[in-house]
Amino acid sequence: MRQIAVYGKGGIGKSTTTQNTVAGLSQAGYKCMIVGCDPKADATRLILHAKAQTTVMDLARERGTVEDLEVNEVLLTGFNNIRCAESGGPEPGVGCAGRGVITAINFLEENGAYDADTDFVFYDVLGDVVCGGFAMPMREGKAKEIYIVTSGEMMAMYAANNISRGILKYAHSGGVRLGGLICNSRKTDKEYELISELAKKLGTQLIHFVPRDNQVQRAELRRMTVIEYSPEHPQADEYRTLAKKIADNRDLVIPTPISMDELEQLLMDFGIMESEAAAA
Amino acid sequence: MRVKDHNELFQEREYLEQFERKKEFENCPSDGEIQRIAEWTKTEEYKEKNFARQNIKINPAKACQPLGAIFCAAGFEGTMPFVQGAQGCVAYFRSHLNRHFKEPMVAVSTSMTEDAAVFGGLNNMLEGLENAYTLYHPKMLAVSTTCMAEVIGDDLNAYIRTAREKGLIPKELPVPFAHTPSFVGSYINGYDNMMKGILSSITSGKKGEPNEKINIIHGFDTYTGNYRELKRLLAIMDIKYTILADVSDIFDSPNTGEYKLYPGGTPLADAMVSINSAATIVLQKYSTVKTMDYIQKEWSQQVLVLPPIGVKNTDAFFDEVSKITGKPIPQEIEDERGRAVDAMIDSHPYIHGKRFALVGDPDHLLGLISFLMEMGGIPVHIVCTNGDKKFEEEMNSLLSESPFGAEGKVYVGKDMWHLRSLMFTDPVDLLIGNSYAKFLWRDTGTPLIRIGFPLFDRHHLHRYPIIGYQGVLNLVNWVVNTILDELDRKTINTTSFDVIR
Repeated sequence: MRQIAVYGKGGIGKSTTTQNTVAGLSQAGYKCMIVGCDPKADATRLILHAKAQTTVMDLARERGTVEDLEVNEVLLTGFNNIRCAESGGPEPGVGCAGRGVITAINFLEENGAYDADTDFVFYDVLGDVVCGGFAMPMREGKAKEIYIVTSGEMMAMYAANNISRGILKYAHSGGVRLGGLICNSRKTDKEYELISELAKKLGTQLIHFVPRDNQVQRAELRRMTVIEYSPEHPQADEYRTLAKKIADNRDLVIPTPISMDELEQLLMDFGIMESEAAAA
Repeated sequence: MRVKDHNELFQEREYLEQFERKKEFENCPSDGEIQRIAEWTKTEEYKEKNFARQNIKINPAKACQPLGAIFCAAGFEGTMPFVQGAQGCVAYFRSHLNRHFKEPMVAVSTSMTEDAAVFGGLNNMLEGLENAYTLYHPKMLAVSTTCMAEVIGDDLNAYIRTAREKGLIPKELPVPFAHTPSFVGSYINGYDNMMKGILSSITSGKKGEPNEKINIIHGFDTYTGNYRELKRLLAIMDIKYTILADVSDIFDSPNTGEYKLYPGGTPLADAMVSINSAATIVLQKYSTVKTMDYIQKEWSQQVLVLPPIGVKNTDAFFDEVSKITGKPIPQEIEDERGRAVDAMIDSHPYIHGKRFALVGDPDHLLGLISFLMEMGGIPVHIVCTNGDKKFEEEMNSLLSESPFGAEGKVYVGKDMWHLRSLMFTDPVDLLIGNSYAKFLWRDTGTPLIRIGFPLFDRHHLHRYPIIGYQGVLNLVNWVVNTILDELDRKTINTTSFDVIR
C-alpha cells in the first residue's frame, strides 16, 4: 500500500487533480482510497457524485463523540469502487480544524479503514501545512510520498516552496519524501519552463504538466471526473498519464526549499516580474 | 502556638458568624427555599431532567488519559514518566496518585506555554529530554501527552528522533511514546496506549526462541496488594512470569530512611524479552484493548483475559494458568479457596438479598458484580462513566447468568449525579465506589464500601488484594462488616443492639 499526500495553495485544483488522477489509477486496476483532510469536505464529490459526504467530524458532532461512529458510516464507495472518507471539521471561524484531521485519521486507522489490499491511499490536504494537524498525513507510518500541485502564479509557487519546508522538517525525522510538482496550468507566461526550473531548485521533478481545459469544468458541474464524464476526451488522457507517472515514480527526494529572494530572482530570470514592471 | 485544623477552626463562633454574613452578600436564597429545591432533586421528576442533561457532567467517575499513561510508565525499572505538555497537568497527576497511595511519585513535564502552542512543542521536547536524562539518569523515558500537545498536533515520534539525532539523549536509551489526548477516553485508555507504546518500542528486534515464562498485565490496577498477591500465588505454583508494569514497589516502597527515585518496577531486561513468553494473561480487559490486539497480531502470542475477582473468576484463572503452564494447582491454593468459601458462607446471611449501587471502572465492576452475585447480593444501579457499548453488553450478559442479576441496570457514560437520582428514586442498601462516592453516602445515607480508584479518604485499602481467594476474603470482610456497622448504628438503644452478629 502506497500512501500519498497532495498539498498545494488553496484553490489551485488539488481536489480536482487528485480525484481525476485516482480515477485514472482505478481504471488501471489499482484499488484506491481518498481521505479528504479539509473542513470544507469537497475532496470526494466528483467520485461520489454528491455535494459533500457525511464527514467523520459531522457525525462526531451529532453523536457527541467519535467513539460512537462506525467506519462504514463515513467510508463510502464511488466511481470504480474508489473508497472515500472526509475528515470534515468545525464551522468556519471556530474550533480547531487541525485537531479534526488528527481525530479523523486516527479514527480511520483504528477502525481498519485501510485494507491490506488497498494499493493507493491519497490524502487531499487543505492549503499550506498551516499547523501540526495538517502535517498529520506526513507522520511516520502514513504518507511517505508528497505531491505539490502548483501553477505559474507567484503565490502558488510561494506556497509550493513553503510546503517543501514543511516536508523538509518531517523528512529528517520520518521517511517522508517529495515525489514531484504537478503543474495545474493557469496559462501564465512561460509556465512550463518556470515550474520545471522551480522543481529543479527544489531538488525534485515536474512530474506532469496538466494543461488547462474547460472540459474539467464541464465535468465538475456534473459532479464527475473528466475520466468518467468524457473518457475519450484528450484531457482524460492527461490525467491517465499523470496517474501512470505517479504509479511508476521512484524519484522521491528530500526537498531543498529556497529563500523568498531566490524565488523572486527565479521570476525575474524568466522575465515575468520584469515584464510586469515594463507594463506598469 | 497550637495550629488548629479546619475541622475545629471553622466550627468556632467567629467563622460561623462569617458564614452566616457571607450568605447576605452572595444573595443566598432562604433556608426554606434551599430545602425545597434539595427535596425536589430527590424526585422522579428531577431524575428525568437529570437524565436528559446533555452538556455537563457532574462528578464523573474517571480521570484523563495521561494519568493512566504515567501510572503504567512508572511500573518499569528506572523509568521516568515524561509528559509533553503543560506543567500543571502533570502536577495534578502526581498529586492524584500521591493522595491515593500516600507515596511520592515522580514524573516530569516539558512545561509547554503559549509560545509552544504557537510554534509547536519541538524545543520543549528537546530541552526536556536532555534535562530529564541529565538530571535523573533514567534507564527509560516514557513519553505521553496532555491536551495542549495533542491539539497542536505535536509529532512525538519525529521529535524524539530529532533529539537522538542531535545527540541530546543516547542512541540506545529507550524512549517509547504514546499519544494520550486527555479529552478522549480516560486513564484506562491512557494506560493501554502507554503499555502498547512501551512494549512495541522495547521488544523491537528481540523476537527469538519462545520460553516458558508467562506475561501478566494487570491493567490500570491501583491495588498494590494485587501485585504482591499474584506474585505470591505464582511462586507457590512455581511459575516463571514477567509482570508488565509492576507498580507495587513504586507505589508501596519500604521506608528505609533513604529516598529512591526509582524504587522498583519490571526489570527492563525482562520486559524486552516478554515478546518470547509462552502466553500473556491480562487481568483487565478494558484497560488493555489495544495492547492485547498488538500482542496477538505482532507477537503472535496467545492472550488470555482472566480477571481473578470472586470465586468463579479465580477458579477460571487457576484452571487456565494450570492448563497453559502444565503446572498442577497445589493443595495450598485449594485450601485458600476452601477458607474463602467458608468465609462466604459465614457472612452470606447478611449479604444475601442486599441491594447494591456500584460506580467504578469497567473491569472492576465486572469482577465485583460477579463476586456479589456469588454471595446472593443484588446489583441494582451500575454506573460506569468510562464504559463503552461492548462493556455494556458484557455486563448485561453477566447479569443474565444469575437470578440475582435480574434487577441490574447498567448506565454507561453516566456520572455520580445521575447515580444520586437513581439512589433517591430507587433506594438500595449499600453503595460501592471510590472516595468521591462519599457525597452520595452523605446525601442518601447509604453505607459506602470503598473499592476502586481513587481512595483518598481512607488509608491502606490499596495494600489489600481484591484478587485471588485472598481477595475474596477481603471483599467479604469489607462488605459484611460495613453491613454490621450499619446494623449497630440502626439498632442502637434497641433490644436488637446485639454483641453477636
